[in-house]
Amino acid sequence: MSRPEIEVRGLHKSFGDNEVLRGIDLEIGQGEVVCVIGPSGSGKSTLLRCVNLLEEPTKGQIFVGGTELTDPDVDIDAVRRRIGMVFQQFNLFPHLTVTENLTLPQRRVLRRDKAKAAQVAAENLERVGLSEKADAYPASLSGGQQQRVAIARSLSMGPEVMLFDEPTSALDPELVGDVLAVMRMLADEGMTMMVVTHEMTFAREVADRVVFMDAGAIVEDGTPAQVIGAPTHERTRHFLSRLLDPAMAQVEEETSDQVGKAD
Amino acid sequence: MTTDTDVQLQPRKKGLTRSQKRRLSRGAQYVVFVAAVIAFAVSADWGRLKNQFAQGSIARQMFPDIITMALKNTVLYTVSGFVVGLALGMVIALMRLSSVGPYRWLAGIYIEIFRGLPALLIFIFIGVAVPLAFPGTEIVGGTYGKVALALGLVAAAYMAETIRAGIQAVPKGQMEAARSLGFSPGRAMVSIIIPQAFRIILPPLTNELVLLFKDSSLVLFLGVTLEERELSKYGRDLASTTANSTPILVAGLCYLLITIPLGFVVRRMEAKAQEAVK
Repeated sequence: MSRPEIEVRGLHKSFGDNEVLRGIDLEIGQGEVVCVIGPSGSGKSTLLRCVNLLEEPTKGQIFVGGTELTDPDVDIDAVRRRIGMVFQQFNLFPHLTVTENLTLPQRRVLRRDKAKAAQVAAENLERVGLSEKADAYPASLSGGQQQRVAIARSLSMGPEVMLFDEPTSALDPELVGDVLAVMRMLADEGMTMMVVTHEMTFAREVADRVVFMDAGAIVEDGTPAQVIGAPTHERTRHFLSRLLDPAMAQVEEETSDQVGKAD
Repeated sequence: MTTDTDVQLQPRKKGLTRSQKRRLSRGAQYVVFVAAVIAFAVSADWGRLKNQFAQGSIARQMFPDIITMALKNTVLYTVSGFVVGLALGMVIALMRLSSVGPYRWLAGIYIEIFRGLPALLIFIFIGVAVPLAFPGTEIVGGTYGKVALALGLVAAAYMAETIRAGIQAVPKGQMEAARSLGFSPGRAMVSIIIPQAFRIILPPLTNELVLLFKDSSLVLFLGVTLEERELSKYGRDLASTTANSTPILVAGLCYLLITIPLGFVVRRMEAKAQEAVK
């Protein structure tokens, strides 16, 4: 394999006394789709946010496309242009129309001219199937549509890597499919993707690799068939059984370092 | 806990019911109100009041000057003060949110001082103290410049706090989304955060404009030429030359001509913002 597109080495992250990530090593190759799963509070969202430095690592190194993000002298704004990020809460700019959401970053950050930006925006809206919403404001769109616009906005910057932070967790169940379809399309096109998700079907069918995290560490890392189909660790089995069949879960004692903490 | 609910569920045995009490209380309030109106109408010397406050001939003599000069100047002073205050307030708000300690402290000190002092004192300071302390200094724009500066200095302190609150009210995810797209912190602030903050603070800023309209009357203490007089000064001057209060009343009405519609606009905007939240 050529050099990894994303490389995380010895990553630690603490919020005050709370150690959220306890030494993460992870490599993601070009065109690979990696799903990160795990209970809430396991640190998976923090890991993802460290990859584009929305969270400053306490210790360790992060490389994206060969550039070290954790180098204090790196032009972080320039690196971030190559890393698309999709949030759980969409975070569209509510004061701008759909098209303006896509064109403003291109014009302000990439200095593209008006015509070029509009053309790229139109192409990407078409990719996510929302051309007819070009002039709408985000508030008038459904959650699923907003998330697809958010993906199109990231794509308009021409990223080499896409990060997804629980992209379907804020959606009504019937809207999840549209967003996953767009993500599957991106995966098929060969985009390098790191996806924090609870969508096991997506992980099983689309991901090249699944990483299970618990209590700030990677517990299991392998193909979907290995991690989801035949997990070797008790903690993975426990998590999957609760996720795949929540109605069968037993009442249990809370253990403070894994359950009930927000990411 | 169970005994509490038991007690509440017991029907009242004696005394007035709740609706009877309510009717009685409302009736008493109406009686007091009507009595006060009658007492005022009977005791007031209507002829004298009319003579003092509503003399048609004096009121007519004020036009068109009160509009073309006094009201125009009031608007000019207020708007220029507002513009200075907004620009300065924005700078101070950003300083207050800065990661550089001294900027934060400086902005905090400015806000505390100029919010704590009476606006009148600032006017005297600009109009009298500065020329005395620094002879030869000329504030650009003469009286208009001085007023814009004095009003702006006061307004900036209030507006800085409003703008800061507006910026902080924009969800954190907006900055994160902008930074992820490669915006620098400054550019994200200008392109993404501040436009949204202004929608949030438009009602309180308009309120500030109403307050400035009234504060513009403090120009009185700067010593202005005849042509630079605004509503209050003009009204007062005419009131003393005619020995009649009608000019004061007319000047007052001119303020309301501006502030009442502005207040209406603010309430409309607040109602709309409330709706948008839902």
